[in-house]
Amino acid sequence: MPNEMIYTRFERIWHWVLAILILPLLLTGFEIHGDYTMLGFEQAVDTHIIFAWALMGLLVFVIFWHMTTGEWKQYIPSSKNNLMAMLRYYAVDIFLGGGHPFHMTRKSKLNPLQRLAYLSLHVVITPVTWASGLLYLFYTSWGDWGLEGLSLTVVAMVHMAAAFAMLAFLIVHLYLAITTSEKPFGYVKAMISGYEKKE
Amino acid sequence: MFRSAHKLRSRHSLVSILFIWLFMNAIGAHGAIAPAAKKTSTSTADHTKFEALQQEFATAPDVTKACLTCHTEASKQIHKTTHWNWKITHPETGQVLGKKRVVNSFCGSITTNYARCTSCHIGYGWKDDSFDFTSEENVDCLVCHDTTDTYKKFPTAAGHPTYVDKPFPKKSKKIWKAPDLTKVAQAVGKPRRENCGVCHFYGGGGDGVKHGDLDSSMTNPPRTLDVHMGVDGLNFVCTECHSTDGHDLKGSHYTSVGKDTHGIDIPGRDDHNRASCESCHGDKPHEETVNNKINDHTNKVACHIPTYAKGGVPSKTWWDWSTAGRMDGDGKHLKMKDENGYVTYVTKKGTFEWGENLVPEYAWLSGEIRYQELEDRLDPNSVVPINTFKGDYDDPGARIWPFKIMRGKQPYDKGNNTLVISHLFGKDSEAYWKSFNWDRAIKAAMDAAGADYSGDYGFIETTMHWPLSHMVAPKEEALGCDECHSRNGRLAELTGFYMPGRDKSDLLDIIGWLAVLGTLGGVSLHGFVRVFFSRKRRNG
Repeated sequence: MPNEMIYTRFERIWHWVLAILILPLLLTGFEIHGDYTMLGFEQAVDTHIIFAWALMGLLVFVIFWHMTTGEWKQYIPSSKNNLMAMLRYYAVDIFLGGGHPFHMTRKSKLNPLQRLAYLSLHVVITPVTWASGLLYLFYTSWGDWGLEGLSLTVVAMVHMAAAFAMLAFLIVHLYLAITTSEKPFGYVKAMISGYEKKE
Repeated sequence: MFRSAHKLRSRHSLVSILFIWLFMNAIGAHGAIAPAAKKTSTSTADHTKFEALQQEFATAPDVTKACLTCHTEASKQIHKTTHWNWKITHPETGQVLGKKRVVNSFCGSITTNYARCTSCHIGYGWKDDSFDFTSEENVDCLVCHDTTDTYKKFPTAAGHPTYVDKPFPKKSKKIWKAPDLTKVAQAVGKPRRENCGVCHFYGGGGDGVKHGDLDSSMTNPPRTLDVHMGVDGLNFVCTECHSTDGHDLKGSHYTSVGKDTHGIDIPGRDDHNRASCESCHGDKPHEETVNNKINDHTNKVACHIPTYAKGGVPSKTWWDWSTAGRMDGDGKHLKMKDENGYVTYVTKKGTFEWGENLVPEYAWLSGEIRYQELEDRLDPNSVVPINTFKGDYDDPGARIWPFKIMRGKQPYDKGNNTLVISHLFGKDSEAYWKSFNWDRAIKAAMDAAGADYSGDYGFIETTMHWPLSHMVAPKEEALGCDECHSRNGRLAELTGFYMPGRDKSDLLDIIGWLAVLGTLGGVSLHGFVRVFFSRKRRNG
């Protein structure tokens, strides 16, 4: 049985570019927040702004790709039963050596839990990060935009909250992506080659 | 050989091109001639040729009379200025300010101390309340226009120079020479840094005492000390920025402007005031980059005075009058110095502290300055601010400004809870520097000022804000972002706004990190349990 192409070339490229952009954004973001010093405040802000624009540029293409290819449908939540099966797998069966309840195909790459997780990433965490980040960046223009009433404290808090959520998401993502395939790094390899190895 | 010489030449021409380019830039940016060594006079008048000046002058006012024969309106112009009146009504608060009115934290007030204080008045003879402010001949032209550096106002002569050589301080061996008034009068010219400096560098009783950003090191400063006035740079004199209109100089700190929104100073501007950064640099002076935050900051902070009192002359930072009056066993005055040679105690004045290379303190500044007046009540349980500047984050006319904050203890009225002034200088026995009796000295000065004194005095700690605007460093030394954008940076004391790097919500950070660490712990535990069960399966 030939290996099935799961991740198309564009999908793989945007995944890894996203990875390359998100890590420095998190690192410089927490430096700007004053948690530690590495680049110095000015360099950290410069880097954060450059990477933020790059990320937003990438995401424009990614959104376009999702819309035109219909890939956005991958994130439509599945039935409650399927979700419960997935939860049961991660909470019980995975320890007992039970099999994964869902099989990954080109048409359905995401398990029910992933659908929900990525949906919240795409419709909550990312838009909140964008909106608060852009407001943060252009706070001197608020007057011109009729947003005098906005508080920088609130905008900064929202942006920070989104950053914490993104970091937590990343931790779970890395754990599951690296360790839960049949052999460690199996999913990572699939995201590089595009093919999931069949036994 | 030939090739390397050729190389050298081409490098040479490259350097010249670069130099010309820099020169053109300097002209373009400042509308001024690039670094000039010595400014030569371009005046159309040679004052040695004026008959009115070819005479022996008995007194300095006689020189003024001679000046007025040609410059007929000069004294009338001077009469309208703060330099002459030492009095200015603040346009916004209506408070009458100026040396004639305010109480400061140095020697207090000029009232009853005139002859000593008015050695820095641009007039002659202000020795008591009866001084005639309409006198034209008593305007001192020479102190501002002398170019010989031989004309000096005698420290205790109410603005006059000495007319015979005599020692100062009295009985000392230092001889104060009488100037040759004819020579001085024939050599008048435009004011140089020296002319302004004789008073403004020595305010508060000595070199660098008062301002912190003005002292004798600014007479011929290197560019590194002051990028504008540096003799190896732009070589500005004071009037380059403190522009004049009919002898009225701009840029008094009594009417300081927090934010100059008039743009770059070009003909047709409405305020004729070059004493602001924006009047030459505009409000977007930095090159735009992907991170244009730096131009967003010019309306908020001043980054270009990283330290002050940095020319080798210390500035006084603490003056405690409460310790004044101590003598040694023989009844002689005491004078103490620290390891740097800074005077830390004198009997007449009390205890001092000094500093060099000081870091400014920061506060919001709008144009509105207020002084604690003699009739204003004070809170005896807290430090009394002698002056305050209105302004906060929400005030569009305010900007974060660097200050020297002068601190110290000075006498106050314990009964009325007001500041007091003291009669320090004089030959009479009421003068503190004769009798060392505070009660009598305060009563004499308060009576002279027509102010109420309960008869019960104490000492109270005060602060006085001195806005810094000189000793502007070359751009390489401007403050980096982290000087303020850090947990305990320079702006740690300023409140009312969110500043990245400094501010955070502790609650959000705790929740955020708990979520992150909780997630990390959760997946670790999950992974650990998986490993445990899979080993068990394999072994079982």
